[in-house]
Amino acid sequence: MVLIRAEGLVKTYRAGEVEVPAVKGVDFAIDSKSFVAFVGPSGSGKTTLLNMIGCLDRSTAGKLTVMDTDVGKLDRRAAADFRGRHIGFVFQDFNLIPVLTVYENIEYPLIMVQDWPESKRREQIARLLEAVGMSGQEKKRPDQISGGQKQRVAVARALATNAQLVLADEPTANLDHDTAYRIIELMKKMRDELGTTFIFSTHDPKIMSEAEVIFQLEDGRIHRQPLPQPQPKVALHA
Amino acid sequence: MLKVLKIAARNLARFGRRTLLTSVLITLGIVAVLLFVATTGSFKTIMIGQFTDSMLGHLQVHRKGYVASIDSLPLNLNMPPAMVAKVEDALKGNSAVEAWSPRVKFGAMFSNFTETTSVRVNGVDPAKEAATTPLLPGRLVGERKSGPLLRPGEILVPEVIARGLKVKVGDTVVLVATNLDGSVNGKTLVVGGIVQSATGPSGKDAYVDIEDARTLLRMKDAQVSEIAVRLKDPAQLDKEYAQLGRELSGVTNKEGKPALEVHTWADLSPFSSIVRMIDLLAVFIKVMLVSIVLISVMNVMMMAVYERIREIGTISAIGTPPRRILSLFLTEGLLLGVGGAALGTAISLVVIYALNIWKLSLKFGMQSSPVTLSPAVSVADVATIAGLVIVMSVLASLQPAWKASRMDPVRALGHV
Repeated sequence: MVLIRAEGLVKTYRAGEVEVPAVKGVDFAIDSKSFVAFVGPSGSGKTTLLNMIGCLDRSTAGKLTVMDTDVGKLDRRAAADFRGRHIGFVFQDFNLIPVLTVYENIEYPLIMVQDWPESKRREQIARLLEAVGMSGQEKKRPDQISGGQKQRVAVARALATNAQLVLADEPTANLDHDTAYRIIELMKKMRDELGTTFIFSTHDPKIMSEAEVIFQLEDGRIHRQPLPQPQPKVALHA
Repeated sequence: MLKVLKIAARNLARFGRRTLLTSVLITLGIVAVLLFVATTGSFKTIMIGQFTDSMLGHLQVHRKGYVASIDSLPLNLNMPPAMVAKVEDALKGNSAVEAWSPRVKFGAMFSNFTETTSVRVNGVDPAKEAATTPLLPGRLVGERKSGPLLRPGEILVPEVIARGLKVKVGDTVVLVATNLDGSVNGKTLVVGGIVQSATGPSGKDAYVDIEDARTLLRMKDAQVSEIAVRLKDPAQLDKEYAQLGRELSGVTNKEGKPALEVHTWADLSPFSSIVRMIDLLAVFIKVMLVSIVLISVMNVMMMAVYERIREIGTISAIGTPPRRILSLFLTEGLLLGVGGAALGTAISLVVIYALNIWKLSLKFGMQSSPVTLSPAVSVADVATIAGLVIVMSVLASLQPAWKASRMDPVRALGHV
């Protein structure tokens, strides 16, 4: 089942009088429950594509459908609502809220974005903490845990509202290789367990090889769209 | 909502020094305003009490036009007995009235048989006058005789005249006054006491028995120049002023127009200008407080938004509705205001309590003894000032909060 479909997608930024094309008419489709990587050098349009799929930005031309919704037509408020209901985000710099504990960071979207009752929240957070290997760390603040742990918490936060799609922009860029690999493995494990579609961007060849579908971007265009690779066996490293 | 409060409180704690500085500013502002309101309020109450309780009463009833010509104390604008009876009927039927004192006022020449000076004479019923202006007996200075405030045939001489003409209690003096028909009459009186001025160093108000005044003025009937009224509760002044005005509007002259007029103490005393000035100062200080709160909270919140742009981008990206982001920053402003207001109010109440224990005294005008202030603030004052600070804190946060809620998440996430 196709979760995301892009047709002739164009994004052009304007810097004063100068127009800077970031995405130059791309077409792609991503199935639900897939594990996808956008790869390419800096400035190739990876982040712009992720921003448009995540309803953070709107295309200049073309059509982008996410979960049967033409996201290009959503206004600011509707886009925020759509993100809150369907999409989770993982950022390169983790972007945890520094004044909240691990538990509260995961809880944040359940309170501020959706309105879950406390008992249901507690159950969900306990399940996610266990799943991302952060049980027992819930009272720590972000400055008391390592980068890898922060990204685990960020993954848990992205999944807290049972998002169908998680977008991760360079989620491993600030991690050492082992930790980066473990995060990718964790994301894949969560995909397997929850059926969530994960799309991440990277320029690390070792990390990109973990993806099941890879879109190679260069200069705002998808140059190579390899066929889905055989699904590797999931191996979770704690 | 509790979670928003918790997050807002932690965000404020994150920038502890800045939050503390702003809270201190708000606190000091509130302390300044509440102490000013408390001390000036006490000063006002005491001074108003001095004027009303020693001379003016809370209200005065005159014949129409009398107050406009009060400098010459016109005898032709006295109230005739029938009019006086109507006023007294109205006063008798009013439960808010504690006492009233009819007075005959006139200008006269005061002589000790060697020197002469002018004097304003108040012909009063001593018992009624003492009930209406209870501080009058306290204004008697020097040698005091026992018994009633004033006996028929006696005069209470103003201190300034007694000193100038070297008159003492027991001396015989003479008052000479022009009567209503233009003739002049004199009456010998015995000095029954020396009375301190209630209106300043040049105050020349003497007191005689009202019947002596009528005899001196050769009045054929019991005319009255004014009726001073004392209320049980001075706080009801405006209400009773309106009530009495309504009741006496039915007393008309030959043309069918109202024959009487009612005035409050403030209409008759120059001190009311000082009261207005104090009130104006209080407003000015409140405006300063509002400015302090507005500028400091706005500054803090603008800094908070600027320093947390990426964080705002993150919470926006994960789907936090703009109104939630707005409420988060408004709550931070609210907490700053509530914290400052609570601390400021608590400190102010402690200081006010301490001032009441240690007794703050100051000398004012001709008062022989210093005025001891009893600073106090009403619940309404505290609620108004604290409420003002809290509302201003939220308003000051509005622009930064609005900016945060409208932030483009892509730009915010890319902010370095």
